[in-house]
Amino acid sequence: MAKLPNTSNDDTVGTTGHEWDGIRELNNPLPKWWLYVFYACIVFAVVWSVLYPSVPGLRSYFGGTLGYSQRDEVAANLQQAADSQAVYRTKIRETSVEQVKADSDLYQFSVSGGRVLFAENCAGCHQSGGIGTRGYPSLADDDWLWGGSLADIERTIRFGVRGAHDETRQSQMPRFLADGILPQKDIETVADYVVAVSESKPVNPHAATLYKDNCAVCHGDNAKGNRELGAPNLTDKIWLYGGDRNTLIRTIAQSRNGVMPSWTGRLDDATIKMLAVYVHSLGGGE
Amino acid sequence: MFIKHATIERNTILLAVLTLVTVAIGGLVEIVPLFTIETTIERVQGMRPYSPLELAGRNIYIREGCYLCHSQQIRPLRDEVERYGHYSLAAESMYDHPFQWGSKRTGPDLARVGGKYSNEWHVAHLVDPRAVVPQSIMPPYAFLAQKPVDPSDIADHLKALRLVGVPYSDEMIASAKADFTAQAEPDADTDGVLARYPKAALGDFDGNPRVTEMDALVAYLQMLGRLVEFDRTQPGGLRQ
Repeated sequence: MAKLPNTSNDDTVGTTGHEWDGIRELNNPLPKWWLYVFYACIVFAVVWSVLYPSVPGLRSYFGGTLGYSQRDEVAANLQQAADSQAVYRTKIRETSVEQVKADSDLYQFSVSGGRVLFAENCAGCHQSGGIGTRGYPSLADDDWLWGGSLADIERTIRFGVRGAHDETRQSQMPRFLADGILPQKDIETVADYVVAVSESKPVNPHAATLYKDNCAVCHGDNAKGNRELGAPNLTDKIWLYGGDRNTLIRTIAQSRNGVMPSWTGRLDDATIKMLAVYVHSLGGGE
Repeated sequence: MFIKHATIERNTILLAVLTLVTVAIGGLVEIVPLFTIETTIERVQGMRPYSPLELAGRNIYIREGCYLCHSQQIRPLRDEVERYGHYSLAAESMYDHPFQWGSKRTGPDLARVGGKYSNEWHVAHLVDPRAVVPQSIMPPYAFLAQKPVDPSDIADHLKALRLVGVPYSDEMIASAKADFTAQAEPDADTDGVLARYPKAALGDFDGNPRVTEMDALVAYLQMLGRLVEFDRTQPGGLRQ
């Protein structure tokens, strides 16, 4: 228990000499522990200012005698992390994705690292575990727009789809109504045709002709799609934007043309390959 | 210690002089660095002022208080660099008045969000965050897509920023309104916009033919963190 400050008006500590209407101010000293901590803080600040970057100058700043830089430190930390993974990452960089998958060590590294990378970079659109949502395809099934082989997936991640990269996967479905290619009535007929095809029901011959003239060049005569163009298979029940009549009318009339960014530059080569292997492992890899 | 406070307090002139000295030291410490602030900006390629549409989007970003939940500052720590990309540079906020570094991350950092998602994603996400990120607690901003932005005073915004040192040229100010419209117009001639504002995101982002607050905000978000060309930066260029 610290000694209580002197509150009596005897003269053991004296007064500051001030007096207001008979009230005097006692001159109690600061508590010793407080005073020494205060002095220690001053000494600490001076030592710190000498050792670490501190005082600004006119041209630059005083960088400290230790030469410390937070930016050097993070570079060293990143390098250390890279070195600890180098044994895997160097091999991944130097080999093809197929070989990464064939090597059980590299495969395991890619899948466990890929899961974390996917959560940060891909799940925003493709959802956790790659199950997809409206407008963003599922990566966990075997229905692929641009191909589900390791090399196809790697290319899609690297360059994106309708992205900013020069080598991006490119195709454009016309806006059949907005660009005046087909009247509303024909679009509805084609939508009915697509619904019938996806449900394996009989189709009307006029609709089949409309389909053949306008859609078959990308989606194929058998409506099974074309991966070269990212044209989806229309004969299954898997829909990116919805397979009901109204949604199909909207899709045909206004088109969709979803975009995936190119990840070159944002992610390094080994990371892209790890992600390709991870996505391939989700269930639909070919 | 050396001069008793009783002495100082009883001598008005001494009190005034010592007060002035104390305040002057505080002033030097706070003010001198402002005159040498140029020396803290890294020498990097690619930084440019905001395009008129991005600037309108930035104003909406500030108005809606996005900075309360989203920082724009990737700290030089390994976990942040691995998650968000290269740590933020002073150069990247040199045209910000005020900067949007923020101090709290309820949502993720946005300093390098540009190009990470598609334009459609941003619109879908702002309209209903839960539609694309089920665990999100961000409020919806669907009304942005209904509110047109009036570009009639956009040139004044550029002029005001030029007064505080943002290098908008006369040409940029003269074409501000045209650039504003062209950047959000899918079929417009955008050569001028891209020459003045390289890497600007182009297009009608929300599908509404008018230029809405949604268009402006997405144009701003899609530019964030993409301007500095790290591969063209000289060694030592990042040294402050």
